[in-house]
Amino acid sequence: MFLKVALLVLRKDFAIEVRSREILFTTLFFALSCVLVFSFAFVKEGEPLEDAASGILWIAIAFAGTLALGRTFERERYGETLRALLLAPAPRPAIYVGKLIGIVLLLVVAEALLVPLVALLFQATLFARPLLLSGLLLAGTIGFCAVGTLFAAMLVRARTRDVMLPILLYPITVPVIIAGVRGTSALLQATPDEAAATMWIALLVCFDVVFVTLALWTFEPLMTE
Amino acid sequence: MSDFDQVRLVDVSRHFGRRRAVSHVSLSARSGEIVGLLGPNGAGKSTLIGVLATLVAPTSGGVYYGDGSRGADAALRKRIGLLAHEPHLYPELSARQNLTFFAELYGVKARETVDRALDAAGLGDRGEDEVSGFSRGMRQRLALERALLHRPRLVLLDEPFTGLDDRSVGVVTDRLRRLAADGAIVWLATHDLDLADGLVTHVALMRDGRMLVNEPAAPGLRARYRALIGSA
Amino acid sequence: MRKIFTPLTVLVALMFVYAPVMIANAPYESTMGLVQKIFYFHVPAWWAMFTGVLICGIGSAMHLFRRAPAADRLAAAAGELTVLFGAIGLVTGPLWGRKAWGVWWQWDARLTMALLLELIFVGYLLVRKYGGPGSDKLGAAMAVFGMANVPFVYVSVNIWRTVHPKTSVVPTLGPGMFGAFWYSVLSFMLLFTLLLTIRFHLEQQRAELDRLYLAEEE
Repeated sequence: MFLKVALLVLRKDFAIEVRSREILFTTLFFALSCVLVFSFAFVKEGEPLEDAASGILWIAIAFAGTLALGRTFERERYGETLRALLLAPAPRPAIYVGKLIGIVLLLVVAEALLVPLVALLFQATLFARPLLLSGLLLAGTIGFCAVGTLFAAMLVRARTRDVMLPILLYPITVPVIIAGVRGTSALLQATPDEAAATMWIALLVCFDVVFVTLALWTFEPLMTE
Repeated sequence: MSDFDQVRLVDVSRHFGRRRAVSHVSLSARSGEIVGLLGPNGAGKSTLIGVLATLVAPTSGGVYYGDGSRGADAALRKRIGLLAHEPHLYPELSARQNLTFFAELYGVKARETVDRALDAAGLGDRGEDEVSGFSRGMRQRLALERALLHRPRLVLLDEPFTGLDDRSVGVVTDRLRRLAADGAIVWLATHDLDLADGLVTHVALMRDGRMLVNEPAAPGLRARYRALIGSA
Repeated sequence: MRKIFTPLTVLVALMFVYAPVMIANAPYESTMGLVQKIFYFHVPAWWAMFTGVLICGIGSAMHLFRRAPAADRLAAAAGELTVLFGAIGLVTGPLWGRKAWGVWWQWDARLTMALLLELIFVGYLLVRKYGGPGSDKLGAAMAVFGMANVPFVYVSVNIWRTVHPKTSVVPTLGPGMFGAFWYSVLSFMLLFTLLLTIRFHLEQQRAELDRLYLAEEE
């Protein structure tokens, strides 16, 4: 029942996205704009600053992720469908899981575009260790979205949700950003530092486990008014 | 706990800081009854509906479904249907997609149920159209059928008539009467005494969170209660 | 509870008045000079801050899972003190850094970590204030997540900083400094307890006032 409801919510979000494509396109374009804006700050005389590529990649992910989180839950707020979901005869955390998987998949698609773009613009050897990089991106994205999905869901009823989401989300997810940026930079060195990248992935996986558990645990009391 | 034939509110209060949304309300309803939660806007009707729907936790007091067991578990929610101010529909999806999603969420056989619900909403030929293109009336009829997909025992309606033309109001009213006759417990929150007249079997009149009247309905609601709820 | 306010206030006041004497009499540290004396205020402020994080996190968890409004009020009081003592630490830290490293801020691991915790708990206070109805729960979630985040912030910031190791003046206590140090820690913890009880008491009274208003209307 739990998984079935999570998958139903995911499939429903997918069906909406297939029809409108709004969140995908806006998120992608926003991520692109982020990369370009930061490029002007971190490229000097045609040469990017050290580690600029990994930093820009993760900032773009975090910013685009916040935007996508806000938009998906705006959809559930309009028509108060989130309340309808909470009324479903299923464990309520299943709704959280469904939304989480959806937002992670969306960001993975965005990353599939961002990584080649950053590699191209910054002459970064992002594809030297594809498996480790994928691991970093996936674990980092899950960690960021685990916290973000819960916060965005609980802020649906708050009038100040647009500004509150980043205010609450960024300080909590700083470990994810540090791990992501440092891990990616380790892979971008002339000889990729696999040990460092693996260590950061391990930290991210711990973060994911702790915060997904915590979110599943707090979702029900947070969603009851 | 699977089914129940009565719902009781015992001394239910809900405060938001210093604002009292609902204050010491006790009320019960059996299957076959249509309870009219009447009163002006801001009387606490919506909060009370939220409490009954397990979406709002009371500050004090208890809600008892059937034999007295209380809780917000999944089995209980399967027996509750809610139609609130907002339609609980995804405007980007078609009517059929909306209904299919919720039917599957409630674990009821999707295809036949959805067809029947579309017919009942008078939208048999508009099933594939996006809900965003629907008029307020069509949306509301669809929303009502969405809330009733899983044949809930407890039917909660919060201002179901807003924006409906006379014909649609008639359709919805008939639908509610039939539901009650089939054994549902219907709670209907509305500020419109004329529409409630002749439909509700029990009157619970609320103002400022308190229940002023709790008695079986008699004809001529407006005349009887006009003084109590002021201008409405 | 009210009875202990006055004696506790007097005690804390006396301790803080006498603290400069203790600190002045402590041995003079040669490399850092006078600036080393900041240490007696800086470190105890951290201790008070972490106590605040712990109380706020646990109180919030109790509020979320047990619906205990009193725990929420205690958490709110502790959240404010976390920000207050964090600010003391964040002001005194760079003063030390200016002397030790020649710059006000050089992303020292412990200072960075404190800055992040400060941000989290400012977020906690902001969401409580501007979160609208039900903001107590939103804040409680932020506090619980903030507390759970402490080890991750600690590990990630530490490794992040050691990637580029720099010589730093590690504060070590010489003999004879312990007395003044523990005296300061005790003063700060007593001050923390005093403020926490006062603030908690105020919140309790506010809740009681709300209750009376509601009762009055009946």
